[in-house]
Amino acid sequence: MGRSVREVVFVDGVRTPFTKAGGAFASARADDLVVKSFREILRRNPALPPAAIDDVAVAATTQIGDQGLTLGRSAGILAGLPSSVPGYSVDRMCAGAMTAVTTLSAGIMAGALDVALAGGVEHMTRHPMGEGIDPNPRFVAEKLVDTDALVMGKTAENIHDRYPKITKERADRYAMGSQRKTAAAYAAGHLQPDIVPIAVPSVDGWSLVSVDEGPRPETTLEGLSGLKTPFRPHGRVTAGNSSGLNDGATAALLASEEKADELGLTKKMRMVGYAFAGVAPEIMGVGPVPSTEKALQRAGLSISDIDLFEINEAFAVQVLAFTDHFGIDDEDPRVNPLGGAIAVGHPLASSGIRLMSYLAKDFEMNPSARYGLTTMCIGLGMGGTVIWENVNYAGAK
Amino acid sequence: MSESEIPTEVVTHARVRVFKLPLQAGRMALITLDNDLDHTRPTTFGMQGLIELNEAIDQVQAMDDIVAVGLTGKPFIFAVGADLSAMAMITTRDEALAVGRAGHDAFRRLGELAVPSFAFVNGAAMGGGLEIALHCTYRTVSTGAAALSLPEVFLGIIPGWGGAYLLPNLVGPIDALEVILTNALTMNKQMKPADAKRLGIADALFEPADFLEQSMLWAAKVLTGEVKVKRQEPNHGMWDMIIGGAKAQLDARFHGALASPYRALDLVAGAKSRTRDEGFAAEDEALADLIMSDAVRASLYSFNLVQKRAKRPAGAPDKALARPVTKVGIVGAGLMASQLALLFARRLEVPVVMTDLDQARVDKGVGYVHKEIATLVEKGRMSSDKANRLTALVSGVTDKSAFADADFVIEAVFEDLGVKQAVFAELEAVVSDTCILATNTSSLSVTAMASGLKHPERVVGFHFFNPVAVMPLLEIARAKQSDDATVATAFAVGKALKKSCVLVQDAPAFVVNRLLTRFLGEITKAVDEGTDFTVADEAMQPLAFPMSPFNLLALVGPAVAFHVSETMHAAFPDRFYVSENMRKLVESGKPGIWKKTGTGGQVIDPEVEALFVRGSSPLTAAQVRERALDALADEARLMLDEGVVIAPEDIDLCMILGAGWPFANGGITPYLDRCGASERVNGKRFLAPGIASLPA
Repeated sequence: MGRSVREVVFVDGVRTPFTKAGGAFASARADDLVVKSFREILRRNPALPPAAIDDVAVAATTQIGDQGLTLGRSAGILAGLPSSVPGYSVDRMCAGAMTAVTTLSAGIMAGALDVALAGGVEHMTRHPMGEGIDPNPRFVAEKLVDTDALVMGKTAENIHDRYPKITKERADRYAMGSQRKTAAAYAAGHLQPDIVPIAVPSVDGWSLVSVDEGPRPETTLEGLSGLKTPFRPHGRVTAGNSSGLNDGATAALLASEEKADELGLTKKMRMVGYAFAGVAPEIMGVGPVPSTEKALQRAGLSISDIDLFEINEAFAVQVLAFTDHFGIDDEDPRVNPLGGAIAVGHPLASSGIRLMSYLAKDFEMNPSARYGLTTMCIGLGMGGTVIWENVNYAGAK
Repeated sequence: MSESEIPTEVVTHARVRVFKLPLQAGRMALITLDNDLDHTRPTTFGMQGLIELNEAIDQVQAMDDIVAVGLTGKPFIFAVGADLSAMAMITTRDEALAVGRAGHDAFRRLGELAVPSFAFVNGAAMGGGLEIALHCTYRTVSTGAAALSLPEVFLGIIPGWGGAYLLPNLVGPIDALEVILTNALTMNKQMKPADAKRLGIADALFEPADFLEQSMLWAAKVLTGEVKVKRQEPNHGMWDMIIGGAKAQLDARFHGALASPYRALDLVAGAKSRTRDEGFAAEDEALADLIMSDAVRASLYSFNLVQKRAKRPAGAPDKALARPVTKVGIVGAGLMASQLALLFARRLEVPVVMTDLDQARVDKGVGYVHKEIATLVEKGRMSSDKANRLTALVSGVTDKSAFADADFVIEAVFEDLGVKQAVFAELEAVVSDTCILATNTSSLSVTAMASGLKHPERVVGFHFFNPVAVMPLLEIARAKQSDDATVATAFAVGKALKKSCVLVQDAPAFVVNRLLTRFLGEITKAVDEGTDFTVADEAMQPLAFPMSPFNLLALVGPAVAFHVSETMHAAFPDRFYVSENMRKLVESGKPGIWKKTGTGGQVIDPEVEALFVRGSSPLTAAQVRERALDALADEARLMLDEGVVIAPEDIDLCMILGAGWPFANGGITPYLDRCGASERVNGKRFLAPGIASLPA
């Protein structure tokens, strides 16, 4: 029997606002955030019969409580999907939603699925990183990982050590840029269309949450320079040049290009390829370097073919380690043109799809851009990269 | 009253949040109603709650940067109306008037703001809960809202916080009356969200998963003009005629006996031409009149009996003593037995075995159950998997040895002591020593039935009402030797069957049939003495019974009713009357005294009239009624003195649930106290003033 690999398209992506841990979503449930995002995807794509969804994958880093119970399945039921639609849960720490997308996409490429729903959530108010974990004592006894490996801020300080040229001042300047780009994107109305407002009950009554809580457009270099360095005395990593602790969820609709055309779904971008790669856990932030090299090599592309970069800003230093490696300027307009996680936040397992939605927007605004990538560093020392092609590509500039 | 007796109000707080609506429609101030308890304690409005609501409205009224005000409830509950326990404490008409005014004064502000108001009905909205939504300019309703109603008339009052005025003006008198009268008087039927949309009460419906988000988006669209809300102008031309038709229907059913439906109808009639001020004032007056009536106090008492006492039966032994029931046996395969088999299989989901004298009867009984199950599937009320499960659970044999491993066997054979004793003796030879032996007898002595057994302690009376699937009451009769484990098991089974159980001591005909038989005897006796059939049968109309005595006779069947009257006469020859005319009626095979006419009415069957040999001392309706009420007062007092039940409340609960006697009578003892029969016959009341009547 002849087999052929099929093209995968990113049809749509939405997210809830990203709020600060202890903020507006403190009394919301994580599963509800996913459910409301799924329902928005269905409403925005009325050409899709819900029963045509072949699988649902939802990512969360801490899969207990309202992030447990096989979220891909339970959120599907709660969202009103027909019981014929299956679902499962995914965990690859910060790259959970990215992995949900790549895993489902692999299924589409192989012909096992035609249409799939991906999602990610992290409610860090309810589930602080590391909740309920029980690390094997061998990690320490046999020095399998550095003791810093589980404290992400320390891994970021370690990157500053490795690359002394990445100074605190550069990191702060990058962080301020993220805030400015986010503010500009909001002002231009680029972000709002993909945000699902969420009604949240609380002891003060119901409220409607429509905007991100993280952005600080008033950020200045002076302000940033005075912040505490909680991970090390006289260190470089601060709350200002890192993403925060956040609550939020994302959802994306994927389909084979064939099926998308048949159903009349809009296509935003086409998957070119993807790769994940590992690095030493104590410098997990450099993960996007090897994963991007691997993804480019497998796709037969080089870094110069990439017109747009959506890189997760877990820490400014980790973005700069990536751009330095590939010879990209700190203020290169191809990198995170709509801002990034330092401003909007990083609810761990949800962020991968947020990057993809941003890239889809970047592509829409730049029809001369052909290829773009979404990449992120991952706790325990990994990186993930997905390369996409702009369906709106209108030929070289 | 000491302060400790005043129930503390569970205060519903009104909290304001302000946020931007989607579509850049502007800012909304949303008021959330929440009593800070979970959904099992729905939010209600008491005086303190209304004060907080007013404060919240003051707050939003002072805002000049909002484009709309929203109103919603805590998760799963919008609001379920007035705090009824507070209503029962009101002692003066001025206080009653103040309750109505306080609600109006707060609620109406939501309809009189400078900006539009939106009620987002996210869950149950009953009574005042629905009324506050009616005051708002627009309403969205969750398709998951479990209960939507104006149940006031069911409770003996009227929708007095704006509902009786606003609803007819919103949806017209026909649809308003469906909600205010028809639903309330049909066992407090609730609207489904789709009904609320159809009637025009809901402007839009949204699914529960993101109800508030979609409601707010909808509100934004209304505010920006993207959505236009269409409302049909009520037809004023037909208004009076519709009221007239409704009045005729009320008269046919209640003959003017219940105040609240008539007061509600008057308010709907007046809503046509009254201003808001006049309409709300009329509601205040009507509500105050009704609150200050014994009928409303009796209704609240009845409501409490059904809501509370029915769920925690007085005198029942410790639940922990109940033994598990994993298999049920039913002796008999007739209609009653078959109905029991279906009920036990559906509710307990354990094997149910029926037996009868020959295979043909057994097959008929089992066939009936299987067919009923199949019908449920056809009607879409049961899945085929469930039907397969239940069908497999119900079987029948002629050999009672099939009961060997049963934990609970109930007999439903012919109503004869000797027959039942023989059945129990036969059962005891087969079943374990602890298997419960229950009887569905309606009038025989359970103690006598158990007397010849080795283990009489396991026998209990388990008396259902016809039709068993529908009637909520189960009288659990404790015989002389019944032990606690047996009675506890009977209560556990009754609860699993979803029946309201009342503990009665083993006495002839227990509670419901004893009172009904005594009462029917008095009516029959009046006819035998020469009272006109119609006069006698209509004599009880002021009590608004669900059916007249002779219609009840037809429902029970003259043969069964006569048989019970003979049994009761044998037990209490001085008080229970056996009518020779009734014997003739039974012998004639006639189904009753009334005969249906072709036009849906009924006339006294002339052939029955001819059968009766009657005296020449006719009574007036008032005389018949007095005799009947005196007899009821006498019998109820004797039952209490004999210890058949432990309190008048249990008699009343039995009559409400077993005979459908109205809430407004409080079952029966509050009515007997109110009309003077208790004092006249027994020299004392059943209940102290204030319990089911106005305080002294």
